[in-house]
Amino acid sequence: MPIKTYRQAINEAMAMEMRRDSTVIVIGEDVAGGAGCSGDRDAYGGVMGVTKGLFPEFGEARVIDTPITESAIMGAAAGSAQAGLRPIAELMFMDFLGVCFDQIYNQAAKFRYMFGGKAECPMVVRTMAGAGLRGGAQHSQNLTQMVTMVPGLKVVCPTNAYDAKGLLIQAIRDNDCVIFVEDKFLYETSCEVPDEDYTIPFGEANFLREGSDVTIVGISNTVNKAVAVADRLAAEGISCDVIDPRTTSPLDEDAIIESVETTGRLVVVDEMTPRCGLAADISSIVAEKAFGALRAPIKKVTAVHSPIPFAPDLEDAWMPQEADIEAAVREVMGYK
Amino acid sequence: MSLDKKQFLDAYRTMRTIRDFEYRVSDEFGKGNIPGFLHLYAGQEAIASGMCAHLTDDDYIMSTHRGHGHCIAKGGDVGEMMKEIMGKEGGSCAGKGGSMHIAAIEKGMLGANAIVGGGPPLIVGAALANKTLGTDRVAVSFTGDGGSNQGTTFEAMNLAVVLKLPAIFMFENNGYGEGTAADYSVGSKDIAGRAAAFGMPALKVDGADIFAVYDACKEAVEHCRAGKGPITVEASITRFRGHFEGDAQAYREKGEVKRLMEDMDCLKIARANAIKKKLATKAQLDKIDKEVAEYIAESAEAGLAAPQPSVSELMTDIYSSEY
Ligand SMILES: Cc1ncc(C[n+]2csc(CCOP(=O)(O)OP(=O)(O)O)c2C)c(N)n1
Repeated sequence: MPIKTYRQAINEAMAMEMRRDSTVIVIGEDVAGGAGCSGDRDAYGGVMGVTKGLFPEFGEARVIDTPITESAIMGAAAGSAQAGLRPIAELMFMDFLGVCFDQIYNQAAKFRYMFGGKAECPMVVRTMAGAGLRGGAQHSQNLTQMVTMVPGLKVVCPTNAYDAKGLLIQAIRDNDCVIFVEDKFLYETSCEVPDEDYTIPFGEANFLREGSDVTIVGISNTVNKAVAVADRLAAEGISCDVIDPRTTSPLDEDAIIESVETTGRLVVVDEMTPRCGLAADISSIVAEKAFGALRAPIKKVTAVHSPIPFAPDLEDAWMPQEADIEAAVREVMGYK
Repeated sequence: MSLDKKQFLDAYRTMRTIRDFEYRVSDEFGKGNIPGFLHLYAGQEAIASGMCAHLTDDDYIMSTHRGHGHCIAKGGDVGEMMKEIMGKEGGSCAGKGGSMHIAAIEKGMLGANAIVGGGPPLIVGAALANKTLGTDRVAVSFTGDGGSNQGTTFEAMNLAVVLKLPAIFMFENNGYGEGTAADYSVGSKDIAGRAAAFGMPALKVDGADIFAVYDACKEAVEHCRAGKGPITVEASITRFRGHFEGDAQAYREKGEVKRLMEDMDCLKIARANAIKKKLATKAQLDKIDKEVAEYIAESAEAGLAAPQPSVSELMTDIYSSEY
């Protein structure tokens, strides 16, 4: 099977769906990049080059560069979704959610319900999250928790190229508003990705490692860190179940609970702030539904409750690292 | 009458300081000494310098992701700025902000903003404070052509008009928002005309000419200080660098940047005009260039030598009280 990067997999999913369905459009800032300029009209393909090549193939009617105007982008996507298109709207950095959140959580997420099931919002918001690039407090946040709490939105967090392609095709075909959160650290990572189209259903967790001592649940790139830790600990005889829920809404609660019922220990990792976050949410679900199986207190590994600092040493200290995950596993293993 | 001798030399020094600062941070970025994203102001120096020449430390400005020039023009400490951009202890934001959040709060430079369109609403607030407190201070937002399209900017302009606030909306139209041309993204083709439609006066100026910028800004600041409400200035200018350092700029025509750097360099234009107007001699200007070069070199060396903030600083300054 061919090896593709996360970036290529996402690009391929969009191109394939645009070929298959002429109502799929891409709209956002610099999604081609070069509109109105005298140089290359497809110069950017989004800041991270993820949409590059779509403009030459599909043209300006379907790959639409917008002004810097997030509310209008999200509103236009939601409105066009109600009126027959299947837009993929790019929100350049997830941090800009605040600028356009009303169009997402009060509008796109609520059409179907408020209008008695008679309206539809088949749109995808592709966005990019995550710290570690020294982007500072307004360019490094992962706000997946904010969208996960909104009924009506589906939320996807692909952690590798294979999942990214299958989940994005699923998202484009889905009839609800899907927030597709790409981790900016993963664009250059690669794995085997089929050329054909395939879908991965929402709400089905992926077991990356199977083990009997500790369940580790990660979100986004923290899953990959958890796998590295699990592999190291396996050499010492500590065996971990590593679960990637892949979608935070819907969330595969059953997979997590079943795992905790065999291991009796849970470490939950996310790269968000600790209060009211996904790690807190998953912890509470397990505490409520699998309390009897627990042999140790649940351990959350998250960022700290502060904005994201710029200085590299501080940012590294802010982010959950493999060493933090490892320490958490040892702590739950050592609980008496 | 525009800039006298002393005013010109001051403005020229500011422009030169910004240019040298930007080229030095570009070099350091290339060597891996600056983390994160870097958006340089090179080419646009006349605008920040021409505006801030009319402001005191009591007046407020707010900036964008391209904030180094505004910060220097408002009197920010260059040494602290260097440290900040390098993520070092002693930086203007204690190493927590970086390039996109450069600030000099004590000088009335209330911060660079990495959210496009984040600044204009805030500057309306600063202008509101100025008016409510009965001062004659003014508040200036610097915004790009790209930022001129944000809803936040429209709302801010309208509110400033409604409340008749001493706010100046300075738009630096450098032709691009990342890789998209202003000709495409600004539907009205004219930011000043849009501002006028909100009900405020709007001036247009050649942003490469420090004399013209200085005069337009003088009018704008006087308008606000006299309590006549908000005003807009649209300055046209070119961006010498990519959107960010490392931007290949494929969206620009081959040779475009080179040509603009030859024809539209505000420093070259300033030198030529000043000598013609007998405001300065070549020797005087060369002396300033030399002094600035030394000053920037010292600041950069000090920045490189400084340590990163201690990790114990991670949880400080989140709240103003014990949490
Ligand atoms: C709300 C928001 N949207 C998008 C971006 C990404 N972005 C950063 S700078 C920029 C271009 C800004 O263009 P302009 O306002 O013309 O300023 P210039 O870069 O030309 O100085 C964009 C799109 C952002 N930082 N914030």
